[in-house]
Amino acid sequence: MSAVLRMAEVTRVHGEGATEVHALRSVSFAAHPGELVAVMGPSGSGKSTLLTLAGGLDGPTSGVVSVEGVDLAGVGAAGRARMRRTSIGYVFQDFNLIPALTAVENVALPLELDGVRSRTARAGARAALEEVGIADLADRFPDHMSGGQQQRVAIARAVVGDRRLILADEPTGALDSETGESILRLLRARCDAGAAGVLVTHEARHAAWADRVVFLRDGVVIDETGADHADALLDAGRIR
Amino acid sequence: MSVRQALLALLEEEPRYGYQLRAQFEQRTGSTWPLNVGQVYTTLTRLERDGLVEGAGEDGEGHVIYRITDAGRAEVANWFTTPVERTQPPRDELAIKLALAVTVPGVDVGAVIQQQRSATMAALQDYTRLKRRAAEGSRREDLAWSLVLDSLVFAAEAEVRWLDHCEARLRRAQLERPEALLEEILAEEADEEASR
Repeated sequence: MSAVLRMAEVTRVHGEGATEVHALRSVSFAAHPGELVAVMGPSGSGKSTLLTLAGGLDGPTSGVVSVEGVDLAGVGAAGRARMRRTSIGYVFQDFNLIPALTAVENVALPLELDGVRSRTARAGARAALEEVGIADLADRFPDHMSGGQQQRVAIARAVVGDRRLILADEPTGALDSETGESILRLLRARCDAGAAGVLVTHEARHAAWADRVVFLRDGVVIDETGADHADALLDAGRIR
Repeated sequence: MSVRQALLALLEEEPRYGYQLRAQFEQRTGSTWPLNVGQVYTTLTRLERDGLVEGAGEDGEGHVIYRITDAGRAEVANWFTTPVERTQPPRDELAIKLALAVTVPGVDVGAVIQQQRSATMAALQDYTRLKRRAAEGSRREDLAWSLVLDSLVFAAEAEVRWLDHCEARLRRAQLERPEALLEEILAEEADEEASR
């Protein structure tokens, strides 16, 4: 099966000369449909850089990042912004919901920005909220929701419009252990339903929900668990 | 020992025979700590000797049924109201291995840590898969098994965190050694030289 996200020999250098920092060094990485991949590493290991590159929020110094076969460097800033509304969903630690909008308005936003008619967008948003189990909170404002509920809204926003790549940056960071687990169950379910997920975390207990765990140190992938399925082996061969 | 108390607690629910006790124990704890039926009968014999259970005849199929006595009930109550004792720490092969790895010359401690982290992470993934399955059931016994799994999950997580911590401390110790810093700088310069 072809990968939803593919990173080939990706390097990202910040600064130059004496202050140059290699955030990622020649990292190759893929996430397939139905697969949840966790990326673990201490702060400064490059895990957040990896995610921002995968989401097209930043570009690599060298190497290629492609999502659903499209090279993100080749579509321009507008193209990347469009892909973030239609192909790539982002879930952040601090939810990043817009406080002046209700849950359903927050979720409908990417669709509306993409030109979907308001009524259709709202219907899609309600379906996404239903899927994450909070259809009844659709008209609430973020301030009137618990952390776990807000993160569910954020996940609904990340998947609405059938986006097939979900990128999650410490999505359970601000939540207690049981709420955090329910969020992981949701991500897991979404991947089981066919999306590809990349979860950045420093908590082993959360990474354990993934099919594969990739360990990053100083911008280099130093190890990987669970990479036993044939696709991963083939991909590793193809990238090199 | 906990098998003794666990069997006694199961008998407080209702009178049971040996196989039933083993089946109930495993249903609630998964097959995490498998019991053989011989162990169950040995334990029952001791409990009977100590006056905590008594024979209650046979069922139609020839199984010997045991029921709890008042002394047995008191023992169960005592078990549930007393914290588990933390005596001598159990011998921990990993801690011993690392203690020796950092002191015996010529061992790549970083590799020892990463190899263990990957293995523990893989076990953690296995427990989590079991958990996903266990969570589908809604009976009280499924909850019990799922909590036992959580205990394994948290213990494995603690091990990974400890390994992360060891790695960070080793790095710092390395950096605090001035000659190491010098070696690192020289190596970097050599790298730059080579790439020119």
